[in-house]
Amino acid sequence: MNSVSNKKGLAGIIAASSVGTLIEWYDFYIFGSLAPVIATKFFPEGNPTLALLSTLATFAAGFVVRPFGALVFGRLGDLVGRKYTFLLTLVLMGLSTFLIGCVPAFETIGYLAPVLVLVLRLLQGLALGGEYGGAATYVAEHSPAHQRGFWTSWIQTTATVGLFLSLLVIISVKGMMNENAFADWGWRIPFWVSIIMVGISIVIRMRMHESPLFARAKAEGKVSANPLKESFGHRFNFKFVLLALFGATMGQGVIWYTGQFYALSFVQNTLWVDVSQASRLIMWALLFATPFFVFFGWLSDRIGRKWIMLLGMLIAVVCYRPIYSAMYNAGSVTQKQETDRSSSMQMAADLHHAGDSIRSTVTTYQYNDGTVMEETVKEKIHANPSMADSKKDIVRSRVVTLDEGSFRKLALLVFIQVIFVTMVYGPIAAFLVEMFPTRIRYTSMSLPYHIGNGIFGGLLPAIALFLTTKATQANEAAAKLGKELPYDKPYLEGLWYPILLAAVCFVIGALYINGKDRRIDD
Amino acid sequence: MNSIKKYLGFVWLALAAAAGYYLIISQAIPKFESDKPEDRIPAIIYAFILTPIIVGGLGVFGYYCLRGEYADDSKKQTL
Repeated sequence: MNSVSNKKGLAGIIAASSVGTLIEWYDFYIFGSLAPVIATKFFPEGNPTLALLSTLATFAAGFVVRPFGALVFGRLGDLVGRKYTFLLTLVLMGLSTFLIGCVPAFETIGYLAPVLVLVLRLLQGLALGGEYGGAATYVAEHSPAHQRGFWTSWIQTTATVGLFLSLLVIISVKGMMNENAFADWGWRIPFWVSIIMVGISIVIRMRMHESPLFARAKAEGKVSANPLKESFGHRFNFKFVLLALFGATMGQGVIWYTGQFYALSFVQNTLWVDVSQASRLIMWALLFATPFFVFFGWLSDRIGRKWIMLLGMLIAVVCYRPIYSAMYNAGSVTQKQETDRSSSMQMAADLHHAGDSIRSTVTTYQYNDGTVMEETVKEKIHANPSMADSKKDIVRSRVVTLDEGSFRKLALLVFIQVIFVTMVYGPIAAFLVEMFPTRIRYTSMSLPYHIGNGIFGGLLPAIALFLTTKATQANEAAAKLGKELPYDKPYLEGLWYPILLAAVCFVIGALYINGKDRRIDD
Repeated sequence: MNSIKKYLGFVWLALAAAAGYYLIISQAIPKFESDKPEDRIPAIIYAFILTPIIVGGLGVFGYYCLRGEYADDSKKQTL
């Protein structure tokens, strides 16, 4: 007996596991979503040490710590059991998140503040690294074989719903107070909310039983004595860890990040869309696409998991450039006709440098479809003209508020990308669980998942930005020399990273993955 | 099919080398040479964490392919 025959009992197990995982994703994302506010509180600009700590908090938690969490908690899960391990990750995540909301600002306790935030952020990454594998394994080991894809797909919805929930809570809290109050103390509320959700989830998880497959393996003395060595030290298992990474999770990771994060970054940074409008746009796309995780999980029980995931990768590879080209055409003000323009100018004293002043020019542009852009140019006027530096003295910012039609078009284009995400991500928990035997399952599946998502996916923003910047700079240099521009659409160059990785992953997955073995009671 | 799987191992080894070159030359070294202290963290991560994972992982994968470890008649992971 490796599954819960009672459907109601199984639904309870899924709900209990999913809520905990959802809260962990929520906790992980609110830090990212509130990064600009957190930066002003803990990592103020102009201090190189703080800039270093800030970068460490972003990179280390996203890239390095998650795979380590997978190793630490994966090992524990294969040694002592799934239930206690993912209870531990939940407590660790909940406490770290709550405490981030309690840390006094840099101006109150100095360098201790950013150091505490960094440590807590690292603990968050560690906990997340251990959570997913445990939840996916636990649910899969309770599910009947013919419905494993369907039941585990609920766990797959949690990453997207967690992102949705984090945006929703932040927008709600912002709506309850003015901007200054939110920047002052209101940003802490989303962190504190977490402790209530984690508390409820802990009570639910405490009542759960150990996975039947693990309990049986333990009773029969078949639990691995050294899961790390068995998973990665033996060629026999290690080759499947590599196959899971390069034939599945690498492509899945970049498609996940492109659809849910790069799309948001493109809308905000390339199209200059206002932050709250960009968040709403992503929220609509996520809301309508999320049920497809369950659909593709269900479908994978019927037609197999491998080709749904690989088809998702292939369609994404082919469609990314046309989709982002269409997003640019729908949202960029360079593609719209200007109908009206008005400007206003203000002078103010520079509070940081006596004698200097700041000239702010705000220009509002109206476009034919109702889109509005506000461009602010802040220029520092030095009392001593020899101090002038044209590169540093002028700061330009643009905020675009889209018309309803462009907003809907962009939401649809992001929705299509999230559908690709649901194709590659919906069936992957069941797929990974079925690749490895019970005794080393938690460890073996967690590492490729977190390298694929944390490293290959997490790298996406940095490498995409590098490629786009390089193309833009090459165009600018060519324009200066009066030569032909080398890049037709430089804003699409960042997409080569996910396209290349997903294409390689598709070939490896198509050729090397068997995908026919669905036994997990081994 | 097994021959294709096997000889594609050379492609994966070449890709591993190309990825290593790209990560070190285009990403890590310019960041090590940057004036900004915050660029050193990504540089360290590129050079000492990502490169070993990507180059080492894909390289070992290519090597296993060349050894025929992924041939259809090879034993499954679930003994």
